[in-house]
Amino acid sequence: MYPFNYHKPASVSEAVSLFRNADDPMYLSGGMTLIPTMKQRLAAPTDLIDLSGIPEVSGIEVSADRVRVGAFTRHNDVVRSPEINKTLPVLSHLAGLIGDNQVRNRGTIGGSVANSDPSADYPAAVVGLGATVYTQDRSISGDEFFLNLFETALHPGEIITHIDFPVPTRAAYQKFPNPASRYAVVGVLIAEFAGTIRVGVTGAGPCACRASGMEEVLNQNLTVAALDAVEVPDAGFNSDLHASAEYRAHLVKVMARRALADLLGQ
Amino acid sequence: MSEVVSQAESENQGIGAPVRRREDLRFITGDGRYTDDINQPGQLYAAFCRSPYPRVRIDNIDASEALALPGVVAVYTGQQLVDDGLGDLPCGWMVKSKDGTEMISAPHPPMAATVANYVGEPYALVLAETLQIAKQAAELVDTDFTELNAVVDLAHASGSENIYEGIENNLAYEWALGDEDATKMAFARAAHVTTLDLTNNRLIPNALEPRACLGMYERGTGDYTLYTTSQNPHLERLVLSAFVQIAPEHKLRIIAPDVGGGFGSKIFIYSEETSVIWAAGKIKRPIKWVADRSESFLADAHGRDHITRAELAMDEMGRFTGLRVKTTANLGAYLSTFGSSVPTYLYGTLLAGQYKTPNIYVEVQGTYTNTAPVDAYRGAGRPEATYVVERIVDQAARELGKDPADLRRMNMIQPEDFPYETPVALTYDTGNYEASLDKALEMIDYAGFEARQAEAAERGKRRGIGLACYIEACGLAPSKLAIQLGAGVGLYESGEIRMNPTGSVSVFTGSHSHGQGHETTFAQVVSDKLGVSYDDVEVIHGDTGRMEFGLGTYGSRSLAVGGSALMVAAEKVIEKGRKIAAHMMQAQVDQVDFENGQFTLQDSNQSVSIQEVAFAAYVPADYPEDLEPGLTEKAFYDPNNFTYPAGTHVAEVEVDLETGVVQLVDFVAVDDFGHIINPLIVDGQVHGGVAQGAGQALMEHGIYDEYGQLQTGSFMDYTMPRADDLPDFRVDTTVTPCTHNPLGVKGCGEAGAIGSPAAIMNAVTHALGNKDISMPATPEKVWRAIRGE
Ligand SMILES: Cc1cc2nc3c(=O)[nH]c(=O)nc-3n(C[C@H](O)[C@H](O)[C@H](O)COP(=O)(O)OP(=O)(O)OC[C@H]3O[C@@H](n4cnc5c(N)ncnc54)[C@H](O)[C@@H]3O)c2cc1C
Repeated sequence: MYPFNYHKPASVSEAVSLFRNADDPMYLSGGMTLIPTMKQRLAAPTDLIDLSGIPEVSGIEVSADRVRVGAFTRHNDVVRSPEINKTLPVLSHLAGLIGDNQVRNRGTIGGSVANSDPSADYPAAVVGLGATVYTQDRSISGDEFFLNLFETALHPGEIITHIDFPVPTRAAYQKFPNPASRYAVVGVLIAEFAGTIRVGVTGAGPCACRASGMEEVLNQNLTVAALDAVEVPDAGFNSDLHASAEYRAHLVKVMARRALADLLGQ
Repeated sequence: MSEVVSQAESENQGIGAPVRRREDLRFITGDGRYTDDINQPGQLYAAFCRSPYPRVRIDNIDASEALALPGVVAVYTGQQLVDDGLGDLPCGWMVKSKDGTEMISAPHPPMAATVANYVGEPYALVLAETLQIAKQAAELVDTDFTELNAVVDLAHASGSENIYEGIENNLAYEWALGDEDATKMAFARAAHVTTLDLTNNRLIPNALEPRACLGMYERGTGDYTLYTTSQNPHLERLVLSAFVQIAPEHKLRIIAPDVGGGFGSKIFIYSEETSVIWAAGKIKRPIKWVADRSESFLADAHGRDHITRAELAMDEMGRFTGLRVKTTANLGAYLSTFGSSVPTYLYGTLLAGQYKTPNIYVEVQGTYTNTAPVDAYRGAGRPEATYVVERIVDQAARELGKDPADLRRMNMIQPEDFPYETPVALTYDTGNYEASLDKALEMIDYAGFEARQAEAAERGKRRGIGLACYIEACGLAPSKLAIQLGAGVGLYESGEIRMNPTGSVSVFTGSHSHGQGHETTFAQVVSDKLGVSYDDVEVIHGDTGRMEFGLGTYGSRSLAVGGSALMVAAEKVIEKGRKIAAHMMQAQVDQVDFENGQFTLQDSNQSVSIQEVAFAAYVPADYPEDLEPGLTEKAFYDPNNFTYPAGTHVAEVEVDLETGVVQLVDFVAVDDFGHIINPLIVDGQVHGGVAQGAGQALMEHGIYDEYGQLQTGSFMDYTMPRADDLPDFRVDTTVTPCTHNPLGVKGCGEAGAIGSPAAIMNAVTHALGNKDISMPATPEKVWRAIRGE
């Protein structure tokens, strides 16, 4: 690890001003991605701005039709929150599939979403549930948040403060874990909102996205069998040691079938 | 399964008792003392510059910028070590080619000097006041390389450009064993021949504790001390002294304190530890180096990596008449310490398996590639041999339409055949292979498999079952035989038993424990033999300054060889004690019996305890005139044969037809390890070994890309098996005691990793309707096989 300056601001505005005045700053949330990268000497921020002391980015608020999760919320807080388990159980289920217990005890939703790792789980929920990402300046629609591999709509210095998830009638998430890292090779979240279906896919392409072909078909016919007719082309899909693009495309379909079966209670 | 008995409750803590490991308390409460826990005032930190390419010429190293960084103390290059007169890192086992010529060792300087031959090979050492400065300075070392063509693909290595001048076709040797002509005849006469192409995947060891060292030089005396993660400190001292010429043996002390796992990878003499102890002498300050995980992936010796074609000849009945095996073995860029022996004497000699195959011929091409050196990894050669034999036997059974268990049974060596001389140079002393097969089949409920298969099919899963009846040769090894076969050292072990004046016992062994539990088992053996309390026996190991000599721990040899040495030493203690006791009881020596810690005068009620005798030995007020005081005895034990653990492993897997995911759902191991000293530790060794075998079969794979870069250089891509990947193993034993060591033990450290890959892959093949795929059976590979690709 290279040397760096450490800051622990107490408010978002303080964090942002620290950011503006540093050479090459980075925000630190759970550190589960950033710290290993620094230890491998692949990242060398001059200043680390720790978000853990900022009340505005923490906390969980649940109402009948929406769940608001502060950016600093740890994965295990989402797993264990009785309110989220009751209102948006798919999110607790998804968070419980992230990494291992140590990672879930440290990692946060804001860090995960800001990072746009192509194989992270939360992005499937942001896209699949049509969430809204809030920063100190604005709100960004989940559909427009993830731009590419490790690339989001965030501007430099912009802090995710919280994420708002609309509550679906029902939803389900299925993940095919990478056997080594346990990140998602492919993850599919299917949600039903007042008769419309949304399908969010992570792992397959450079960043999380919706599977509009599947959505169209399922909006007509909400059955597992209907998915058989959907073509999942593998163009632009990731290909690595663990899964070729072709296999990923196949897994998208299998995970979608399984998620839909869960959603339908089959 | 053995029951856990707490030490306090258990009455018997001697041989056979499931005593909990006494070392575990300190290990699991963070009180272990590993190399990195040891620090010296004024110590420097080392960081290495490593080759970023698989094959380069090193044209120029400019360290000026690195040296200018405050806190940097020195930068040493590989060339400086050579110029200082250090010798090459030697390979300790000479293997001859079939034409009688000696193997050709690639030059292997202690650090790369003029060329580097694999990604991660160290070529310069930076010393600094802190680790962070050392690492930063290593990045500032400015090196000019000329990239040379790298040879990465094992299958085509022998036709590629020569990596080393004078080593044609990149072959270190072309070794053969067995009768080629007789085997050819057997194939000419065969009623049926089964042929199988197999790969044995490259593995990366990944002990929990990475390699580490702390090198020190004492200005006043000229003594060197190296704390290091070694499985065999005396061997390391011997090599560093005699070959590398760091310092004479009496001026070099190697201490291996608590060591967190080795699996073979800590046997070998590596660049980093060698350069650190050398540099400590140069700079005259202590130097600490601890590998990070990325360095372990790149520069620990890897394991396995074979490509094999095997052919099995049978008569009309299915009796095996001939086995022919041709293997290309990856040695990596250099011959590591025992790298030459693993794919030859530890592999070819095991190809008879448990069967009476009369004709066997094996050829092995030991091949250099621009990859990390390959050497012994848990099982070392025997898992590879078992994989060949047990996969082809299964394949043959399917081709003949026979039950795989029946075909094996029909060909097995029978109890009355022992001692059994194989056509590949070994003599098995004893065994009862059908006994373990029968027990394993009963435990798995072999007859009930079809019902389980049908039930799985209802859940959309294809269930398969696979057997492996393995044998291995361990307890390495009869020195004379090993040296005849090319070993550069003997393979005996030493032990010393010191009865202290107050009756407690200090036991010194040349074996080394890095997770095996010697401190417990060896104490059980000695307390049992001397009739003293288990709690009064302390076992000390891992320090060339404290024990006589030792060859260390690998090849499942600790108990069979090191434990036997202690039995011999204990016998000597008893014999001397008998003389002292006779004097104390005013009797003749041959009138004194020894049992349960008491010397008893025959036909009397007189006795003295061994503790009283020890006291008399150290306070010799009234003492036999011709006897030296003191009660401490040493022994070197050299076995006269290998030991031959054997058994049957059975695996059941379920394949998810949609995703190709293979789940290991049941695993039974029935092993014959001879007598068992501590069943709890034996179970643990089997569990760990099977987990590693399951890792090899289903998950682990060290992969280099075509450019020679390691693609699986972290746990993000190298799949280690985890507890939730594995079922509850069901393990049991059968016992035929080893005939030639005083404990009747065979060794259990590697068997789990030896038998399980073949059993699991046979189960996968079975589940896939006899479609053969290469290890590891990863999801996409299996998915493609299901689709008929
Ligand atoms: C062993 C392991 C296994 C894992 N397995 C999984 C898995 O299965 N699935 C999965 O989805 N993830 C997995 N992860 C990643 C984990 O979920 C991380 O928590 C997550 O990727 C990053 O979150 P963090 O809070 O740790 O962020 P950090 O590492 O602190 O930060 C990550 C990046 O986000 C930026 N950032 C952080 N917070 C904010 C914010 N509020 N606003 C703007 N930018 C911000 C940081 O500057 C940094 O660039 C794994 C990680 C590890 C180490």
